[in-house]
Amino acid sequence: MRRARTWLPGLLLVAPSIILIGVFVYGMLGWNFRVAMTDQHDAVSEGEFVGLQNFIDIWDQQRWHLSVNHAIVFTIVFVVGALVLGWLLAFLMEKGIRGEGTFRAIYLFPMAISFVATGIVWRWLMNSGTGERAVGLNRLFDWIGLPQWQWFRDPDWGMAAMALPAIWQMSGYVMALFLAGFRGVPEELREAARVDGCTEWGVYRHVVLPLLRPVTLSALIILGHISLKVFDLIVAVSGKQIITDVPAVFMWVAVFDSNDPAKGATIASYIVLSVAIFVIPYLIWSVRKERRS
Amino acid sequence: MRRWLAAVSITMASVLGLAACGGGGGGQATQAPAASGGGKQQVEVFSWWTGPGEADGLQAMRKIFEEQNPNLTFFDAAVAGGSGDKAKALLQSKLQANTPPDTFQGHAGAELQGYIKAGNLEDLTPLYDELKLKDVFPAQLVEQISVDGKIYSVPVNIHRSNVLWFNPAVLKEAGVAAAPKTIEEFIAALEKVKAKGKIPLSIGSEWTVTHLMESVLLGTLGADAYNALFKPGADWNSAQVTTALNNFAKIMEYAGDPQDDWQPAAKQVADGQAAFNIMGDWAYGYFHNPPEGGLGKQSKTDFDWAPAPGTEGTYLWLSDSFTLPKGAKNRDGAMAWLKVAASKEGQDAFNPKKGSIPARKDADQSLYTDYLADALKDWSSNKLAGSIQHGVAVNQPWLAAINEAVGLYIGSKDVKGLQQGLADAATANAQ
Repeated sequence: MRRARTWLPGLLLVAPSIILIGVFVYGMLGWNFRVAMTDQHDAVSEGEFVGLQNFIDIWDQQRWHLSVNHAIVFTIVFVVGALVLGWLLAFLMEKGIRGEGTFRAIYLFPMAISFVATGIVWRWLMNSGTGERAVGLNRLFDWIGLPQWQWFRDPDWGMAAMALPAIWQMSGYVMALFLAGFRGVPEELREAARVDGCTEWGVYRHVVLPLLRPVTLSALIILGHISLKVFDLIVAVSGKQIITDVPAVFMWVAVFDSNDPAKGATIASYIVLSVAIFVIPYLIWSVRKERRS
Repeated sequence: MRRWLAAVSITMASVLGLAACGGGGGGQATQAPAASGGGKQQVEVFSWWTGPGEADGLQAMRKIFEEQNPNLTFFDAAVAGGSGDKAKALLQSKLQANTPPDTFQGHAGAELQGYIKAGNLEDLTPLYDELKLKDVFPAQLVEQISVDGKIYSVPVNIHRSNVLWFNPAVLKEAGVAAAPKTIEEFIAALEKVKAKGKIPLSIGSEWTVTHLMESVLLGTLGADAYNALFKPGADWNSAQVTTALNNFAKIMEYAGDPQDDWQPAAKQVADGQAAFNIMGDWAYGYFHNPPEGGLGKQSKTDFDWAPAPGTEGTYLWLSDSFTLPKGAKNRDGAMAWLKVAASKEGQDAFNPKKGSIPARKDADQSLYTDYLADALKDWSSNKLAGSIQHGVAVNQPWLAAINEAVGLYIGSKDVKGLQQGLADAATANAQ
């Protein structure tokens, strides 16, 4: 009884959230996988167990290939773009500049805006009109003599253009992460390297950058899972059009337009799995690191 | 002991807090109307009419409803969003949770099939008999909205989908004498406009291309062959359909850069940048209405209209209608609303504002002027064909499959693939 007094209050405190997460996150995930393994292809039928059939069948669909390709292009451009831009901003501010607080606030601010609001503004900025009909960025480009673009309507580069608002939104956050990383490198280490005859570039190359690896990894995880399940930004910019189709939009169409719960659940499962590919190695890595220390 | 108490009370508080959040997540559901004070009962009317014009029409009908039913109040459960995208998703979750609104708006015809199959809707045939509605609605309309001899909705208006909008000045400049009547004339006219450096045909987002395709299908096949495409076992692989899709591909070659939606595409015609646009007759309101909601253009001089090429004599129709869901809380109230929606008075109040014509044949013709007068005349004399994009000819999953095939075609320009996609969509969904 005495021992219960030490652990029971704590358990009671967290029990509600454990139960709720158990039911509404993991329970629902399990249910989703169960639906994905049935042939419930309309709103009314019960559906029988068909195993992994849906997971295989979906690869026969042209649209699925298209949406997966789009998601990959979007992810690469968005993750690399936000990492590089965020790193660069942090690097420029790292030495301490006048009015740093103001700059930090300005760069971080886009993160406070929802993807939907960002999307509606960028929908106008990335309008595909050219020449006389140009508005947004194309008007600006026309004005300063740069070539105009089709933006997200371009068949080849559309998804890369679609990543621009996402980069705009998230690079300030990446900057904050890297800035904290830079600041976390003890001055003594840099001094020691300089005493050993390192150039200023060498200090970064051999001391600072290696210490930034954990920060880079967390940034990668955060950006990666945002981009694989991106939905609101795409719908706000272009709506449910095939030209910018991604798995999450395809899932919405499958569930609400095609009334096909099994197909929707299959796509949802693939999205969860692809996010897991990003997150699980990170979890293993951080658990191992904790054990080591 | 004190720590215990603290822990338990915090736990309780957090559970209650979460429960409250859970309730709030229902959003609209918590607003569901209950009987309000004063013995007045609410009727929850669910629609997606929130834009200029359509919302005014709804208000006009509401006024009549409240005058006729002093013991009922109207609860406007409208959800914003063009063509009901968001509204339909919310409606679906409400129906699945068995908390339907008292009556909801839907496109008459096959779009409602999903709800009918799922057993969500009550049969309204008795209401049709009571009000003798089969005598006032066109016979072909009643036939096209019947499912197994039963009718599940009350159409309150009619829109036309096969309208060719054009800019007379641009046509004159390009040397096109009049609106093209056949597909061949249309292509020739597009070529002439192209030579002048203007956009021959303006288009919007992907659904407007499906909208264009249905007019080309109808224009090539004719009303009977077009209507036959939506019967079970229809042959979408026929040579006729191939011809139609080749026409469609040919016409698409003259299309300008896709715009964000139908309005900017229509505006290109109004502004004289483009010659032609094929869009439903809701575009008339946009062209004609004063600048708060429209472009304030003069009909016949700034813009003009004709049936889409090859479709003269056929009315490619769609209709907004109201239904009676099973388990409606206030069934009597919903019936009272349906009676207003079906009445001559209700439809004549709603339609001039919404920019559509009444489904009833006995409407007051003097209320409908300019484009609407033309539409009313054609409606009473033309053959009818159901729109694809607007839920008359095909059900929702079928439409989703067609839109997918068209969307993939826009990327690939592969006519064979498009025809195969359309054929597969029909095999999977026709019933």
